[in-house]
Amino acid sequence: MIVQYENIIIKTISRILIPFIQIYALYVIMHGHYSPGGGFQGGVILGASFILLVLAFGAEASQKRISLKKLTVLASLGLLIFSGIGLVALLMGGNYLDYGKLPLPLESIPKIRAMGILGIEIGVGIGVMAIMITIFLAIASYETEGKND
Amino acid sequence: MIWSLDFILLIFVVVCAIAAITVKDLLSAVIILAAYSFFMALLWAAMGAVDVAFTEASVGAGASTVFFIAAVFKTTRRAKG
Amino acid sequence: MKIFQLLIVLLTGGLLIYGMEDLPGWGDPSSPPSIHVSPRYIEKTVEETGTPNMVTSVLADYRSYDTLGEATVIFTAGVACLLLLRKDAP
Repeated sequence: MIVQYENIIIKTISRILIPFIQIYALYVIMHGHYSPGGGFQGGVILGASFILLVLAFGAEASQKRISLKKLTVLASLGLLIFSGIGLVALLMGGNYLDYGKLPLPLESIPKIRAMGILGIEIGVGIGVMAIMITIFLAIASYETEGKND
Repeated sequence: MIWSLDFILLIFVVVCAIAAITVKDLLSAVIILAAYSFFMALLWAAMGAVDVAFTEASVGAGASTVFFIAAVFKTTRRAKG
Repeated sequence: MKIFQLLIVLLTGGLLIYGMEDLPGWGDPSSPPSIHVSPRYIEKTVEETGTPNMVTSVLADYRSYDTLGEATVIFTAGVACLLLLRKDAP
């Protein structure tokens, strides 16, 4: 399915569109405290921008930016950030995922909790982005034995 | 929540759902399923659940459609029977 | 056989609609979830977590175990896809 497709319209439009999609996805992740959105939705949009990159330029040409090895590391990193923040709270004397105990240089508990929420949103965003691209690349690179009719 | 708008959206949702399971061309079924997700997102937004609508629009109409299309290209385009 | 399937679908749908009658109305302020724990979230969200968006604070702070489970489910789905469909799959 993913072959090098010489279509200048698709390539140019994707080249223009992808940065805006990524900026919007980062906005959705970072602005989840004040508006609808959050790590999951932003991660899916960020993953969709990379899927558009693969669709427009082919899996071989975009291998430099996204490869399955890097994506596996990123997916694990996202979940590690999430559970790591919970573990830090546990080590600082609170309950698991109790952000009030995080060692951050902020003056009040609510601000520290807001930063903890932002941290896990970033973790979820990275993980979901990597998983979405991984599933797409896994399906698209699957070899069927001549059953394409 | 406006009564008539809700009614029209629900009719579209039901029509899309029935069309998605009756159509024989699987690629068309995937696109109709994306339309179903989008109407569902509009319905969620009309009910005030904006976060759920956001998730439905990005996952249901965006990501899962791409996965389904990739799977259709890898297997077959015609439904059997 | 088609008639049988249609009967099963109609029966299930009828049962679901019959069960739906007992649910509280949309946005009912006196339904059990609206009087038990929701008022506390609505009143205490900003002063406890500092985030004005209540959905985010419930998802990521009060009920963060659920979000951890959700992230784990997605991670497992991705790993399963990778193991089954990769080119050099065992």
